[in-house]
Amino acid sequence: MSDYPLPVTHVIDPSTSASERDTFLERFHGWVVTVDHKRLGILYILYSTFFLLVGGAEALAIRIQLAYPHLNFLSAQVYNRLFTMHGTTMVFLVGMPFLFGFANYVVPLQIGARDMAFPRLNAFSFWMTAFGGFLLYYSFLGGAGLYGVGNAPDVGWFAYAPLTSRAFSPGHATDYWALALIVSGFGTLGTAINIAATIISMRCKGMTLMRMPLFTWLFLIVSMLTLVTITPLTAAQFMLLIDRYLGGHFFDTQAGGSSLIWIHFFWIFGHPEVYVLVLPAFAIANEVIPVFCRKAIFGYSAMVTASVAIMFVSLSVWAHHMFTVGMTSVSNAFFTLSTMLVGVPTGIKIFNWIATLWGGRIRFTTPMLFCIGFLFQFLIAGLTGIMLSVAPWDWQLHNSYFVIAHFHYVLVGAIVFCIFAGIYYWYPKATGRLMSETLGKWHFWLFVIGFHITFDTMHFLGLLGMPRSIYTYQPDRGWNSLNLVVSVGGLIQGIAVLIFAYNFFISYRRGKVAGDDPWDAWTLEWTTSSPPPVYNFEEDPEVHSRRPLWDLKHPDDPDWEYES
Amino acid sequence: MSSGLVSHPARSIEWHLPSKRRVGMTALIVGESAIFTIFVVAYVFYMGKSPSGPTPAQVLEVPILATICLLSSSITIWRAEKAIEDDRMGSFSVWLGATISLAVVFLANTALEWNRLIYQDGLTVSTNLFGTTFYSLVGLHATHVVVGLFLLTSVFIFSLFGWLDSRQSERFGAIALYWHFVDAVWIVVFTVVYLIGR
Repeated sequence: MSDYPLPVTHVIDPSTSASERDTFLERFHGWVVTVDHKRLGILYILYSTFFLLVGGAEALAIRIQLAYPHLNFLSAQVYNRLFTMHGTTMVFLVGMPFLFGFANYVVPLQIGARDMAFPRLNAFSFWMTAFGGFLLYYSFLGGAGLYGVGNAPDVGWFAYAPLTSRAFSPGHATDYWALALIVSGFGTLGTAINIAATIISMRCKGMTLMRMPLFTWLFLIVSMLTLVTITPLTAAQFMLLIDRYLGGHFFDTQAGGSSLIWIHFFWIFGHPEVYVLVLPAFAIANEVIPVFCRKAIFGYSAMVTASVAIMFVSLSVWAHHMFTVGMTSVSNAFFTLSTMLVGVPTGIKIFNWIATLWGGRIRFTTPMLFCIGFLFQFLIAGLTGIMLSVAPWDWQLHNSYFVIAHFHYVLVGAIVFCIFAGIYYWYPKATGRLMSETLGKWHFWLFVIGFHITFDTMHFLGLLGMPRSIYTYQPDRGWNSLNLVVSVGGLIQGIAVLIFAYNFFISYRRGKVAGDDPWDAWTLEWTTSSPPPVYNFEEDPEVHSRRPLWDLKHPDDPDWEYES
Repeated sequence: MSSGLVSHPARSIEWHLPSKRRVGMTALIVGESAIFTIFVVAYVFYMGKSPSGPTPAQVLEVPILATICLLSSSITIWRAEKAIEDDRMGSFSVWLGATISLAVVFLANTALEWNRLIYQDGLTVSTNLFGTTFYSLVGLHATHVVVGLFLLTSVFIFSLFGWLDSRQSERFGAIALYWHFVDAVWIVVFTVVYLIGR
């Protein structure tokens, strides 16, 4: 689309020359031993796309079981395993690796660096994460262990004690769950350290903190938040294993232990984790929305401030998951107010995105469509979040489908939508080819329609009193038709994701050749070739504003004259 | 906004960024601090809640020698750091060796303490809540000492072969930072377990 001459000339095209020279086995080996941030980024994305399909299939099985009352598609035991695996998969094997994939691929390119700060640590982190995922799924085979009972964890993704104790979780399924999360937690910690060090220490000349693209800013914040978020979970999992294997009493109520402390530890991880997942979604929206409105982002410094504020406030809201366990009125009031406080910086962000859209020349490409869907859905998710932050409202609706609908609005409506936007946006950079816009539009519209059919309806099921984690229900509860509607919506989303997967793979061969800068964008990753060479940039870039590529394209009207 | 105030491409920029190793190690320390915080919180939360003995007051002795050793190892490693920066490699090996010896004394002391607790006092992880939380917290710290000791010993061997000089001082600085963290954590563990908890 862009006719502007770009500063970098391409001498070497490593993708074709490599494929001609090497056999399949050599190329495969190259991918296994790679320490290149771009290849690892792609590996992360492929890994999480695979598990997105797996986790999605589990969700569909759950929805088929719930489509009609008294259905016997799944047994109660299998149902418990599937919702545990669905939750764990989607958070740890889909959400986190997707976002780290984007960080790996895009952050070094955006800051004009050669690679991440610690390339070998980067590879180690990826393979730890990958090993964690396969360890979790191995529990389907090995979970029965020597005891002959239990198969795949069935304790829910938050695994409340004492359900996880030896007495109630015999066999090895829960151990696989705990070990998988410890292992992938080490991978996550390594990646977070790496991203923080990369952004702080590897920026190209002239890229001061307040000139970093917002995407990079948000990943700096996410990695700092991850450092203090994933580690409490790792600590709690170690305690769980000490209880299960060494006969410890951390969560053993009969020996004076407390199941409550597990709930605290889990949500000290669990709630900031939501922000670890959603801030990268904001990061993607921060890149996509300005580029497709043809306007610089509105309120750059307000966006940075709001993101930092979210990081701090998100660390003090965890017990809003625990209103029903019975806390003091002071705690209830504190966590209600702190939760509502998160709404303020988040509201600032929504305002800024809308102000960016306002008066822009909006191009409704597939990534932009997904971001507009994100804006709308994230607003609603935030509003139901404010509703649930009120303790008495939460007492009424806790563990109901209203809560399920609320957090799927965040995790799917905001995060998955932005992940799709990010894939459509950066796919041409990573592969050199555009994804099909026609299939992309089909994907978007089917997904957005399916999404609203499913999750809008779930709110009403929750208000009608349907609790979460039940494998079937009585026909006379008045939930029948709504449940069928929810399941149909799930099926539509499934079809949309299959279209996406087809598009993802077919465009690699048949997509339109993208060129270096297909979207006429402004950040450094678009100055190099698509796909970028191993060394990223032939010369170390030097930047003078937040939109270096704009400056190159418009030397008569550069940004640095307007930025303070 | 006047263009005279803003940066201009013609003007050459001073460009210094923090060392990635120090930033990375600091990030690791932040993460580790969160792990220790959770274990310390669990220890404090369960203090005095064991339904049966032995209690900390009955079996714990304040490890004064070990504490002095570990804390002074922070000083010796700081001397080693100064030495490698100035390329005084002989002095570096001596101070590093002193650090390693102090760490070994600390670990030996912990081993003797645990031996006594297990065989004389019958306190294990599964005895009561005190045992569970004590061995987890002190064991977590000891694990970090072992990791640090492994790093320091590797560096010591390299220095004996003469493979090190001031060019590696930044790398060694990252290890020293980790070691200072391990010492700082001991102050917290010592205070919670041996002073408040006893």
